[in-house]
Amino acid sequence: MDRIAQIYNEEKIYKKLLEDKNITIDDALENEMVINMGPQHPATHGVLRLVLRLDGETVTGIVPELGYLHRGYEKMAENMSYIEYIPHTDRLDYTGTMCNNVAYVLAVEKLIGIEAPKRAQYIRMIVAELSRIAAHMVAIGTFAMDVGAVTMVMWTFREREKLQNIFDRLAGARFTTSYTRIGGVASDMDDEAIAMTRKFLEELEPSLVEMDKLLLGNRIFIERLEGIGILPKEDAIALGVTGPNLRASGVDYDVRRAKPYLFYNEIDFKIPTYQQGDALSRYYLRGDEVRESVKILFQCLDKIPQGEVNANEPKKVLPHKTEIYSKMEELIHDFMLINQGINPPVGDTYFSVENPKGELGFYIVSNGTGQPWKLKIHSPSFCNLQAISQLCNGAMVSDVIAIIGSLDPVMGEADK
Amino acid sequence: MNLKELITDKVKEKFGAALEEVSDFRDDLCLTIKNNQIVQLAKFLKEDTELEFVMLKDVTAIDWATRKKRFTAVYHVYSFKLNYTLRIKANIDDDPPAIESVTPVWRSAEWYERETWDMYGIKFINHPDLRRMYMPEGFEHHPLRKDFPVLGIPGSLPLPYKAE
Repeated sequence: MDRIAQIYNEEKIYKKLLEDKNITIDDALENEMVINMGPQHPATHGVLRLVLRLDGETVTGIVPELGYLHRGYEKMAENMSYIEYIPHTDRLDYTGTMCNNVAYVLAVEKLIGIEAPKRAQYIRMIVAELSRIAAHMVAIGTFAMDVGAVTMVMWTFREREKLQNIFDRLAGARFTTSYTRIGGVASDMDDEAIAMTRKFLEELEPSLVEMDKLLLGNRIFIERLEGIGILPKEDAIALGVTGPNLRASGVDYDVRRAKPYLFYNEIDFKIPTYQQGDALSRYYLRGDEVRESVKILFQCLDKIPQGEVNANEPKKVLPHKTEIYSKMEELIHDFMLINQGINPPVGDTYFSVENPKGELGFYIVSNGTGQPWKLKIHSPSFCNLQAISQLCNGAMVSDVIAIIGSLDPVMGEADK
Repeated sequence: MNLKELITDKVKEKFGAALEEVSDFRDDLCLTIKNNQIVQLAKFLKEDTELEFVMLKDVTAIDWATRKKRFTAVYHVYSFKLNYTLRIKANIDDDPPAIESVTPVWRSAEWYERETWDMYGIKFINHPDLRRMYMPEGFEHHPLRKDFPVLGIPGSLPLPYKAE
């Protein structure tokens, strides 16, 4: 230390330092600061990395870096049959697994040109809506936790726990369900599962009121989020934002209404929209969507018809295991389907559904063989994350957390 | 369906011979345009008062591996007015593959085109910030090309040295 002090005290060097404009010896806090947030950061909902440029506490620039969870699902899809790919769709948006399963099989069914029986379609609707509730429960809970309301996440995960018990009953797995099959579903929904769903829905309504009481009367929570991360309508459309984030900006667009799939055209439900486009309205919107899902579920449970759950298309749909063991025809079909796969006609289709995060689309190019030539996932989290630069510019550094939470990205889906 | 005819007729009238192919498979309308006309088509689709394709949903590419024009760029655009998703394709014949960027027309193309560059190595001319999206910056290959093996190329990613 003495030696350094000695050098600095030498008048010659000190003078030179003062003359040199490139060396900054003034207060560090007066300069802009570049900080790195993530990929290992609890508030980034996975492995999102943001490089922030800060002027004091104001964000003046932001560069999102993706790809830390890139597993190459599009490449893997080109090297496996259509049936083999179903379990991989679970790993896209891992908070709403059933929705991904439904989206994928519907896309493949469109390409092949078959349709599942009505009961199977109703079961798909039920599981997709249950999954939407589960995903929104995670979204609401973690978002509230990010801004400081830790109680919320306990309450929402309690509800999600019950949902996973229903999935366990239906699919045999709580988390990675892989429930749907091309042409139907893996197993029928029995009376026990229907009773469990009814019981869950009846218990959900009072606990939603409870959650509202906790947060919506909370001035700290409201003032923390109001007017934060405003996304105007035009920008939301231009940036390709989808799902709840788009509807919170005042765009009345929901694939379930715009291009009804399954039997959503037979169901009476509302599309909640908000005009403000801020973090608080994105929070409200998810709560409203849960209520609409409850409405849809009650109608589905009343309307669900009896019948088969797998389409009678022996060359496209896998037969049941007991039939394979007892019948020759089924054994042959099973062998051919597993070894050669479903051979759809040459062509390409795009099919999209409304997922908890937004519009999930599958663009499949078939060259007539058992494996897709190309499969592109249009993932909603990826689209929503593109808005983050605009939202965070000029915001406070603590609001970045709230903005990420309100956009609700799932990196498994954004990185594919 | 007259919606599809409306779109096809309008584009045909405006672009004539540059519209190479119109296909309709499983109720999905797909227009194939000459690759040097893509930005003009994008502008036309977005600004025409009867069409108003204001939202770009997705940009991707197809690697045909054996065809002479190896790559095809694919765009999915949506119109709130018509409530319709249209697919546009452009066959790329340049080598190395390159096509004009549609970012000036649709802002959301920025990330989609970065992803396509990363995965297929198609250069988007006039793109504001053409970097890799998922793969690390120093990576040399483009993983979704058909000549890239599923297990990866040994030595393409830096790994720790083996202890002597």
